[in-house]
Amino acid sequence: MRAYLPSYELKTPVDLSEALKFLADEPGVWKPFAGGTDLMVVFETGKLQHKRFVSIWSLKELRGIEVTPEHITLGALTTYTEVQGNEILQREFPLLCQAASETGGLAIQNRGTLGGNVANASPAGDSPPALLVYDAQLELVSSTGSRLVPYNGFHTGYKQMLMRPDELIKSIRLPRTGEPWRQYYRKVGTRKAQAISKICFAGLAQLDGEQIKDIRIAVGSVAPVVVRCLRTEDALKGRKVDAAAVSAARAELAREISPIDDIRSTANYRLQVAMNVLEEFLINL
Amino acid sequence: MPDASRKVEINCTVNGERQTLHAYPMARLLDALREELRLTGTKEGCGEGECGACSVLVDGALVNSCLVPVLQVEGAEIKTIEGIASSEQLHAVQQAFITCGGAQCGICTPGMIIAAVNLLERTPEPNEAEIRTGLAGNLCRCTGYMRIFEAVVHACQSTEAKS
Repeated sequence: MRAYLPSYELKTPVDLSEALKFLADEPGVWKPFAGGTDLMVVFETGKLQHKRFVSIWSLKELRGIEVTPEHITLGALTTYTEVQGNEILQREFPLLCQAASETGGLAIQNRGTLGGNVANASPAGDSPPALLVYDAQLELVSSTGSRLVPYNGFHTGYKQMLMRPDELIKSIRLPRTGEPWRQYYRKVGTRKAQAISKICFAGLAQLDGEQIKDIRIAVGSVAPVVVRCLRTEDALKGRKVDAAAVSAARAELAREISPIDDIRSTANYRLQVAMNVLEEFLINL
Repeated sequence: MPDASRKVEINCTVNGERQTLHAYPMARLLDALREELRLTGTKEGCGEGECGACSVLVDGALVNSCLVPVLQVEGAEIKTIEGIASSEQLHAVQQAFITCGGAQCGICTPGMIIAAVNLLERTPEPNEAEIRTGLAGNLCRCTGYMRIFEAVVHACQSTEAKS
């Protein structure tokens, strides 16, 4: 059944401080609404439980990409189109650009935002695996101040996150390591455009000769949250990439993820494909 | 639960004309265009941002009008399929769809043409991959896409011939 329009409220604050005042004055009553590419889908089916929203789409304080020698800071409203068009991101954070290019189609990429993708907290989001391997941090802001939190660990369960009702995501910060990472991203969906992931994988590695000096792995759509696979990384660090290492890594990954059957895929398919994609990443290093 | 909202006034420009829409803030831009302004060229397909039938341009950017709450187009310039031709003169893309047989049932056609016009504004001479990416968010269930691609290529050629 379609949504009953009069029961939903959407307000446009004049600036960020007014938006934060909405969230602070009645905690939990108002929620931020960005580009709408996720919320409007739920809304249209009549299943959007929450009723009152603050439209943050027009807030300039949440836009723009700032570059310092240490970090790139992306305003929470940075769209997928803006991510793809940024030259520094293309050069240093290509997995995020690839994730952005494989999210929806152009019309979705023009409205979908990185902050929205994080706050929607779907385990099937395309950008979170890339954000996890880049050790992203989130700047959360409220009317009483702001704080920086690591993105890894931010999602604590399905659609659960470590954010108070009076806070919103102001920006996403990516540390620039300057190190020569080999980078790999693979989204497996039903078709190239518009599909929601069956699994989604991001990997970074640095080699010292034939040995893996450092490695970072994150996988989406295989657990209640997107998973940074620290145990699989530990199983690979310091090892030469040979058949034994690949086999050990596959086994560790299988223990570290917990895929389920749902409308898009099955637990077994996801497990097999996650292990195969990990192997493809490793043997091509 | 008491109703949370009342209708609000939203001022925007649609196909070059200033308009004031009266709608609930979460009403879809798609419905405001079709029902309030009677611009029924914009179609509803899936209603969830997957098919592109409802594509329009908001401040020059391609969007799915089924996913945009009308409150968010305050002050915006909107272009729909009705604003693509200039008076009696079809846009090169529209003419090319006719010439190449790029439309059958026609439900996807307004969205396809909006997406193609937007593509050619950004990339006047797209290669095949760019055409595929530019139209990737628009589904067609009957022409099979090849004639649609041909129409976009034909539109580029006819635009070049004129300039």
